Amino acid sequence: MLQIRLHGRGGQGVVTAAEMLSLSAFLEGHFAQAFPSFGSERTGAPVVAYARIDDKEIRTHEPILQPNAVVVQDKTLLGAVDVFSGIDPQGYAIINSADPAEAVVPELCRQLPAGHVLTVPATDFAMQKIGRPLPGAPMLAALAAATGVFTLESVQKSFQTRYPGKVGDANAETAALAYEYIINLKNGGNNA
Amino acid sequence: MLKQIEGSLGIAEAVALCRPGAVCAYPISPQTHIVENLGKMVKTGQLQDCEFVNVESEFSAISVSIGASAGGVRAYTATASQGLLFMTEGVYNASGLGLPIVMTVASRAIGAPINIWNDHSDSLSQRDSGWLQLFCESNQDAVDTHIMAFKIAEEVGLPVMVCMDGFVLTHAFERLDIPSQEQIDQFLPPYEPREFLDPKEPISMGAMVGPEAFTELRILQQRKMHKAIPVIERVTREYRELTGHHSGGLLDCYNCDDADMKLIIMGSSVGTAKDAVDELRAQGIKAGIISLKAFRPFPYDAVREAVGSTKNVVVVERSFSYGARGIVYPEVVRAMRGTDAAIHTAVVGLGGRAVLGSTIKDIVKYCLDGRFTDEMTWFDVDTSLLNSYLKDTEGTSVPEGPLPESALLDTLQHVRA
Repeated sequence: MLQIRLHGRGGQGVVTAAEMLSLSAFLEGHFAQAFPSFGSERTGAPVVAYARIDDKEIRTHEPILQPNAVVVQDKTLLGAVDVFSGIDPQGYAIINSADPAEAVVPELCRQLPAGHVLTVPATDFAMQKIGRPLPGAPMLAALAAATGVFTLESVQKSFQTRYPGKVGDANAETAALAYEYIINLKNGGNNA
Repeated sequence: MLKQIEGSLGIAEAVALCRPGAVCAYPISPQTHIVENLGKMVKTGQLQDCEFVNVESEFSAISVSIGASAGGVRAYTATASQGLLFMTEGVYNASGLGLPIVMTVASRAIGAPINIWNDHSDSLSQRDSGWLQLFCESNQDAVDTHIMAFKIAEEVGLPVMVCMDGFVLTHAFERLDIPSQEQIDQFLPPYEPREFLDPKEPISMGAMVGPEAFTELRILQQRKMHKAIPVIERVTREYRELTGHHSGGLLDCYNCDDADMKLIIMGSSVGTAKDAVDELRAQGIKAGIISLKAFRPFPYDAVREAVGSTKNVVVVERSFSYGARGIVYPEVVRAMRGTDAAIHTAVVGLGGRAVLGSTIKDIVKYCLDGRFTDEMTWFDVDTSLLNSYLKDTEGTSVPEGPLPESALLDTLQHVRA
């Protein structure tokens, strides 16, 4: 079972991102589950959402304390919330930032295997294509590119299912940018 | 059809498949998404011949449901927490009138202090209301139980509360198999009320009954509850045959065959507990789970059979009765009267505190190590938080770890003068 914890702030679509992550996995025939941390939602307040992917029925409903991957949609949470708490030593971390991972979370880069801690300028991509700071789709695409657990196409299809029309398409384009960015990074390209 | 959707949407789709004639809605977290989705379905025409009534309070939601049901249509509503309490007078009226309303309770704690998160104090506060209360362990179970609930309610002539854990289930996005309209039309016939209010042929319902017949009416109401037990069993069988889903029932056993101890659990903690007891089994620790689905009527015989010859039983409860103890516990004791089973209550998960796999493992080990001293013990207590209050106000404290009730009583012996 793959367990993913998503951190962000109210209004950034963290809960939607977790739901779309589960939908992406479902579209590929996996069992998946997503749920929010059920706070009283306020714009700007730290928000946590969870997702699980497995090849058998997911029965547990406990929050994820030992994630295999952590997605940080808002860099300002670093230092404010212990976002990497309990992270699997072989796990992945994806952070929304235009700066290199070594500059953003140097300690975590030393803890996790090479190539497992990645940054992606998801908000920049979202502003380009959606025109609003909604980093959900690009963050999921980056996770897909980093882990290979689900495909870019499923991420795109999940957003297009939830938001048919222009909004879904803009999210799909944003996702493609982030996916290519991480693939380029992994291959030692210009983004590395 | 397989769908990856929010639990609340799954419930709305299940209710729509049952073709209700009236849905009365007043929003309260965590049930709001259910009625919002039903409202959309009525608006788009996906749910036809249904009156969606927005009301100004839960008291009206149950009152309109009563009116609609008495008027001869299939009626549905949903609520939680303070909303359920605000309904209470109507809740009792609905069962007294024998109206087969189905209502979701997206279980949530009751304030004060205000708390929007999940426990069972709201639904269990209505245990004596005369409604059937069916608990759900997963969203699939909840989807299926709602559909069965209409059939059970209409056959028995009593309303049914379908209790599903708020947020943990209602807001979880999961894979659900939603039956087809053809399947449900085959399973659930159109509602045919035995009698209903009709201006053309006026009758009176709910007239005053004095001491000369009140007792007898109450006995007949109890008889309906007895009748509900085999109805729940039969409807569950029919539904399982139709869909292949293993949902509903009076209770369900997991890993019980050779278990050294058994946990009795209601609601979404069952799934978490299944994973936990599988891990324990790999270490040679044999714990079984009895997922209690029907709380009213309480299935005494089925519980007795499910516990069997097991000597150690722990009832995992997500609420308790102040000044008394566990709420499910006395029922289990009644079911096990005359046996030598040792029965205890573990209180967990109040006001949304997560019931973790580790919580379940702690309870199992505490039991098998013979450490249950009291009838009721609280688990996952933040002892330092409790003691910071007790030390400041009364100069006393409780020990670390699971908290038996006697430890709380002990503090009263050591109060600062």
